Amino acid sequence: MKSITKQKPLEEIEQQIKGMERVFLIGCGTCATMTKTGGVDEVAEMRQYLQDMGKMVTGWTVIPTACDGMTEDALRETEGAIQVADCLLVMSCALGVQRVSSYIGKPVIPALDTLFIGVEDDSGFFHEVCDQCGRCVLGYTAGICPITACHKGLLNGPCGGTNNGKCEVDKEKDCAWTLIYQRLKEQGRLDLMKQYQPIRSSQVVPRPRMIKVP
Amino acid sequence: MARNFREALKSGEFVVTSEIGPPKGTNIDGMCHHIELLRDSVDAINVTDHQSSVMRFPSIGGCLEIKERGGEPILQMTCRDRNQMALQAELLLAYTRGVRNVLCLTGDAVPVGDHKQARGVFELDSVQLLRAIRQMESGTDLGGNDLDGAVEFCAGAIVTPEANPIEPQLIKFEKKVEAGAEFFQTQAIYDLDNFSRFMGFARKFPVKILAGIVLLVSARMAKYMNGNVPGIVVPQDLIEELEGAPKGEALNKGIEIAGRMIARIKKDSICDGVHIMAIGKEEVVPDIIAAAGLG
Repeated sequence: MKSITKQKPLEEIEQQIKGMERVFLIGCGTCATMTKTGGVDEVAEMRQYLQDMGKMVTGWTVIPTACDGMTEDALRETEGAIQVADCLLVMSCALGVQRVSSYIGKPVIPALDTLFIGVEDDSGFFHEVCDQCGRCVLGYTAGICPITACHKGLLNGPCGGTNNGKCEVDKEKDCAWTLIYQRLKEQGRLDLMKQYQPIRSSQVVPRPRMIKVP
Repeated sequence: MARNFREALKSGEFVVTSEIGPPKGTNIDGMCHHIELLRDSVDAINVTDHQSSVMRFPSIGGCLEIKERGGEPILQMTCRDRNQMALQAELLLAYTRGVRNVLCLTGDAVPVGDHKQARGVFELDSVQLLRAIRQMESGTDLGGNDLDGAVEFCAGAIVTPEANPIEPQLIKFEKKVEAGAEFFQTQAIYDLDNFSRFMGFARKFPVKILAGIVLLVSARMAKYMNGNVPGIVVPQDLIEELEGAPKGEALNKGIEIAGRMIARIKKDSICDGVHIMAIGKEEVVPDIIAAAGLG
């Protein structure tokens, strides 16, 4: 499981750090490294880009896992370079950005957009498999999630936009409900597809979602 | 209109519906003209709900215009743009204004339309919307609260008899029937033998089926639909028939084809009626009805 990110347009980054001359750069050694958006190489590229723009990069680090509790310790090691910076430009997913923000009393700017939680199929190809909706229906759908795999997140079967097993929004995308149908049929469990699925509650865990593990 | 749509369905007579698309903007003259044109020649008029995810004047607005002109509207309601509160509120409004027929649809995906940046809601799907209507009829809303004045609707849904694979569509059809659908208007059908096979299945259920007739205006349109519109298959012989029409006569050929299909559906009692979709050529719906010998 990885938090999938994409670099923001450089113009947007430039706009967000406008007026801030000294920048400290932070990457992440986990998901953003695997997706090649915030690893050592990408941080080095960003450093060069900032310098070409006339900014001063006071230092940089790639935190092993930016979203976990060790981040505070990792940042302490580079405290001097952070102290002299006007802002921190973070090349991790939003989880890491928020973690860093909670320790540092300086502007923290995300360099990436966080897209989804995905798994890697073929090398470098990631796709979304779970929306973390709080009411798992995989037991009814042969292990294929209709919330994420169906464009409309439908619970009671395919819409009229399905065509030869493909989705109306993209002819390259499989129709989730055709896949669910085929797998349930193979397993002799089509009765599950005939079962009515009620409206999904948006109040499973009200936002912001929190839980305390005993 | 002497009888309402539900009475027409129950009469056992051949039922004819058609549809209008509201305008993009506040100039409703064209829509009102179409209403006047269709009002007395069909049993009910559907009003599309931001068809193809293109933002327009609302379906309920078109339905109110039909009511004011003495016609019988069918409110098309998709789940794309409203959450459950908004859907229920609109049903309350519709009922109080005499709009008593609802066609429940999932709705096209947002990215196929003209507001690609918009958020698709899809909190409910078409099956859940049908159930929501039946629940509101029993006097409570989806929050389980009592309604001060319930609703009552003739509720329907759609089905795609040409879908491939067909079985998932049939499963959903059955779920819609169980959820309370009284009638179905189908996606466009052209192959009547295939449609008859579908009817062999559908006849087992206590619902009325209106076959979807989409007017073909040219061979080019037929080919486009084959390549781009899910669930529509125009057979090669119809494409050739359109291609063979003299220059400028393709539309008349399309009217002839639609009329011929409707006449055969009625003669052979294949289903309970037809839903004519002229998509932009509403002017000729009366001609189609005349070509079918129903005028």
